[in-house]
Amino acid sequence: MATLIKMPKLSDTMEEGVILKWLRKEGEKIKQGDILVEIQSDKADMELEAYDSGVVRKIFVPEGGKAPIGGLIAIIGAPEEDISAVLSGSPTVSASKAGAQANPTLSPTSQASTTAELLDSKGKASPLARRLARENRIDLTAVSGTGPQGRVIKRDLEGMISGKPAGATPVSRPIIPGTAEDVELSPIRKTIAKRMTESKTTAPHFYVTVEVDMDPAMTFRDQINAVKEIKLSFTDIIIKATSEALMKHPQVNATYLGDKMRQYHYTHIGVAVALEEGLVTPIVRNCEQKRLDQINAELRDLVERARTRKLKPDEYLGATFTISNLGMFGVEEFAAIVNPPEGAILAVGGIIEKPVVRNGEIVIGHTMKVTLSSDHRIIDGVVAARFMQDFKKILENPASLVL
Amino acid sequence: MAIVSLREALNQAIDEEMTRDERVYMMGEEVANYQGAYKVSQGLLQKWGPKRILDTPIAEAGFAGLGIGSAMLGLRPIVEFMTWNFSLVAYDQIVNNAAKMLSMSGGNFSVPIVFRGPGGAAHGLGATHSQALESIYSHFPGLKVVMPSNCKDAKGLLKSAIRDDNPIVFIESEVMYGDKGEIPDGEYTIPIGVGEVKKEGKDVTIVSWSKVLAHVVLSAVDVLQEELNISIEVIDPRTIRPMDYDLIVSSVKKTNRLVIVEEGWPFAGVGAQISHEVAARAFDHLDAPVERVTQEDVPLPYAHALEARSLPNLDKIRSAVKKVLYLD
Repeated sequence: MATLIKMPKLSDTMEEGVILKWLRKEGEKIKQGDILVEIQSDKADMELEAYDSGVVRKIFVPEGGKAPIGGLIAIIGAPEEDISAVLSGSPTVSASKAGAQANPTLSPTSQASTTAELLDSKGKASPLARRLARENRIDLTAVSGTGPQGRVIKRDLEGMISGKPAGATPVSRPIIPGTAEDVELSPIRKTIAKRMTESKTTAPHFYVTVEVDMDPAMTFRDQINAVKEIKLSFTDIIIKATSEALMKHPQVNATYLGDKMRQYHYTHIGVAVALEEGLVTPIVRNCEQKRLDQINAELRDLVERARTRKLKPDEYLGATFTISNLGMFGVEEFAAIVNPPEGAILAVGGIIEKPVVRNGEIVIGHTMKVTLSSDHRIIDGVVAARFMQDFKKILENPASLVL
Repeated sequence: MAIVSLREALNQAIDEEMTRDERVYMMGEEVANYQGAYKVSQGLLQKWGPKRILDTPIAEAGFAGLGIGSAMLGLRPIVEFMTWNFSLVAYDQIVNNAAKMLSMSGGNFSVPIVFRGPGGAAHGLGATHSQALESIYSHFPGLKVVMPSNCKDAKGLLKSAIRDDNPIVFIESEVMYGDKGEIPDGEYTIPIGVGEVKKEGKDVTIVSWSKVLAHVVLSAVDVLQEELNISIEVIDPRTIRPMDYDLIVSSVKKTNRLVIVEEGWPFAGVGAQISHEVAARAFDHLDAPVERVTQEDVPLPYAHALEARSLPNLDKIRSAVKKVLYLD
């Protein structure tokens, strides 16, 4: 019996996937467990295995093409099997296991759709929906339609449309060739755009900045690196110091859940890593239980794999707090946007050599500015200030981090 | 404000215009001695005498042509058809002579005539006597087609029609003549070509006119608003040609959805024309294809049960409204 292969849901925030590579062409045999296709989600590149053996009878989405979650991408069947029934919408066709995983995100209407409707559903939208999408810069291919044959209609866009009058929305105008270019947004970019907008428009942010004397941390790092076979970074030290401070202030290590907040007794710290097309935040888990050298090794591996897009979903989902460090670019200080559903994010500036007052005298010292952005729905100013006070104290007395 | 029946409202319009302008006269089958097949001309013979209220033979082509000729020579005739179905016998006079005279005479002869009478189905009149003919008459440039849905509009529009210098097709309904409604005191007219929002709403626009609006749509709207928890806007164009597209388009821009309910058949119906105009002028505002409720595409059956199922009814309107709202 022919099996429909549908776009699987590879991350919680994924809405569509890009086909990177088909490892089997139409007409080629495939065994159960073989890799059929590489798919790029909004977070990472993933491989999709075949759950049944057979022949790839039909590929619907070419390499580089996109499909929404649950969208039909291929059919696997027996070599001589008549798949015309499948193509015309026979109800006897079973969805693949990968497709079944994707099903919970489909609307009831879409679930009831026949195969023919799925085949026919690409890009259907009412004229009104098209206009609203244009005015609000919504990618309609990422919206699952609840109208007949998956047609995207007005109600599918409600909630995605900002309250601004249409005229205030930037509308793309034709460009003069050679003077500008339009670059298609990558899935990662779209996710960032959506989540950051959601954060900044729903979470009331406030910012608390402190300046940390970094001379002790510099000495501390040099001492460890001089003796141990590792290259401890300031980021490692900041992660550990943050973890210690978070354990003392669970209100900052928390998630807003509408009618309650969840405070964590562990610290999963996400570290923002820049990629060409955006950024990901791999997570160092349970930092409160890890030594500095363990954090160092783990982070090194995570960053390496983030840059080659080999992270698995559980390596970038579920942080309780995030650190973003732009110090290496000569940034003195900046403010970050809270990464929902987390309650706060720490923006780390560079270590600056400058005159400081110590024991009543001006001497040359090294300082670093860090800014905590907090979601005021769950974190108050005093809570943020106390957290930063402790963070500064720990970082200025780094020897405590080895205990 | 006085409450009158629709036949009385029409009678007042004719009487007032005959008082106002001595060129106005009326003719048709049984309009004089019998006081009108549906009593629209009740009392007019007694008041105005046989020179201005004339009984004709059963010869529609003849008296339609007579009316057109008299209009060309300066009179303002009101020609009653006992039903618009009988106008088909006079079709050539109406569409070739009345409609085209002004243009073909180089502007020398206008034809200020009103052809009026009941159209559409009543109850059990059979296929040949139940036809909604507004779509064929509105096809012709040179004719205006007016279809009131209530007493106030009937009087105001008929007075405007009698004063208009163009041939007017004025279609009433047998089952509406007894409808009662308020009409303003004193002199008033309602302009031809201007529709009316009968009821404001926000989720879907229904355009309908004449008897289907008055006897089917308005009660269906009450039921469906309650049943589906929606808000329906109802528009009565009142004139089929010229059609008040601006009013319909602005409503559709608000509600994003349109259902047209008419008694005629679907092919080349008035709703098809409205649907085109809305697609052309409000395309980017439509959230669903325009739906039409029409008479089934068959000669209307005589049998009561089949007749009821062939004509627009609550079930068909419900189904169309749910379709444009994606509520199925």
